[in-house]
Amino acid sequence: MTSQRNILVTLGSLALSGALALAWALSAGDLAIPFSDIVAALFAGAEGMSATVVRELRLPRAVAVFACGGLLAIAGALMQVLLRNPLADPYVLGISGGAAVGALGAMLLGLAPWVVDAAAFAGALGAMLLVFGLAHGDGSWTQTRLLLTGVIVAAGCGAAVTLMLSLATDTRLQSMLFWLMGDASGASRPWPALVLMVVGLVAVLPFARDLNVLARGELSARALGVRVERLRYLLYVLASLLTAAAVTLIGSVGFVGLIVPHLVRFVLGNDQRVLLPAAMLAGGALLTVADTAARTVIAPIQLPVGVLTALIGVPVFLFLLSRHPR
Amino acid sequence: MNAAAETLLEADRLALKVGERWLCCEFSLRLGAGECLVLLGPNGAGKTTLLHTLAGLRAPSVGSVQLGRRQYADWDPLAAARFRGLLPQQQPDHFSATVLQTALVGRHPHLGRWGWESDDDVAIARAALAEVGLAELAGRDILSLSGGERQRVSIAALLAQAPRLFLLDEPTNHLDLHYQVAALELFARLASNGRGIVMVLHDINLAARFADHVILLDGRGGVIAGSRDEVLQADRLSHAYNHPICRVAVDGRTVFLPD
Repeated sequence: MTSQRNILVTLGSLALSGALALAWALSAGDLAIPFSDIVAALFAGAEGMSATVVRELRLPRAVAVFACGGLLAIAGALMQVLLRNPLADPYVLGISGGAAVGALGAMLLGLAPWVVDAAAFAGALGAMLLVFGLAHGDGSWTQTRLLLTGVIVAAGCGAAVTLMLSLATDTRLQSMLFWLMGDASGASRPWPALVLMVVGLVAVLPFARDLNVLARGELSARALGVRVERLRYLLYVLASLLTAAAVTLIGSVGFVGLIVPHLVRFVLGNDQRVLLPAAMLAGGALLTVADTAARTVIAPIQLPVGVLTALIGVPVFLFLLSRHPR
Repeated sequence: MNAAAETLLEADRLALKVGERWLCCEFSLRLGAGECLVLLGPNGAGKTTLLHTLAGLRAPSVGSVQLGRRQYADWDPLAAARFRGLLPQQQPDHFSATVLQTALVGRHPHLGRWGWESDDDVAIARAALAEVGLAELAGRDILSLSGGERQRVSIAALLAQAPRLFLLDEPTNHLDLHYQVAALELFARLASNGRGIVMVLHDINLAARFADHVILLDGRGGVIAGSRDEVLQADRLSHAYNHPICRVAVDGRTVFLPD
């Protein structure tokens, strides 16, 4: 049993890592900016080019990737409990597929960036409602049925995405591909996502022990007094909304939602009261580091951050899987 | 039945239907504190369905179930979980957790929305693990345990839940001979301390040893409910299991043997 002090120490060090990751994201780049200037730009309203770069380019991007990392990590942890499947990720139920159909459709038509964002969010919500409606059908939405419905809807979205890619002109194709891999360079309004990340965590924490019980199986959970139906609605809607917000902001970045809950579970165990806040901080820190690396490692070329998370994520995940006792 | 003991569970003219098939015709039962009821019957006869109905996890097709003289609908789910506990037939373990954490899950209904397990809860869970002989394994990952050890972890979680009424779906599943008897003796001790036990068993001889009352489902809608000696008769068992079963007395104990 992790003692409460250990938990606070762990969460504290994760918060510190998040702060360090953000500090690196603000200071790294073509233009070398001393740390004192960054502080001045953020808190003292300093003027000049370096202050503008920090405030208008680096800060929105850093906040966007931090929020997306946190959102995806929480959503992944929730999906894993909802489906009682450690291999579930936030995209397994077709949310990212729906968002991709919306966003790429808007891009194909050459619409404005804010329309692309709106279409992505609408597509994500559409996929969420479609999967829910189909899986809920007769009222007995078992997790197998939910999972199968989600996988099929995601496959359908994948086909639609491929169709749109093949119809796209070369000039639009690259931005569409970047969107699909996850790309933070265009993120300009990150604050709502950050607020949603915190609100989502606060909304689910009162139910965190219920999630621990649900992870032991639905029947046990009901016998232990958990209102399973209500909890599943909450999990489904919340995980979907968090995923939709993240995908809308920077596209479907892979692996964060799958890897981070596992990494945290590996170190801290599966107590959701600890796992959810820890996953949020770890996800935010990890994606911030990945995105900063993606734009600086082979600068001036900027990689889509999704490529980097996948390059890191695949070997880490395989390593974890090989150490899994089953 | 002992009319003086407090009634823990009561079913009135209960009948269960799955799809178009009637599992059992109308029957009634009453379980008082200190009593042990065993559900017997062939595969697919509806023992688990009946147990889940008695646990309030499934609505009866006909009739009513009362826990502590109140309908399940009138119970707060957490209060009901402090009164009755269920040992499921299978316990799927998807995520790693230590044995102690798993046993602590049983404390859930005793904690408030924001409550964390206290030292007392940990002591209760450790005592429950000691009861099933797992004290030394408290720090182990449940995914590394054998089937029988996991079953004992589930029993420990139920002991930590500390309900008044225990509903057990094949509690001897995966257990070796020693732990089968040890587990049932543990529940018999709980019954003698004023708890109630309802359990599904496959072993007629264990039922004969531990039951006060038996409900025998024949899988064709027929139900025989009554005291152990009334129900456990060779002809009734042979009919229900559709297999000849004979009754033998060995060293003063009654044993049922399949032909």
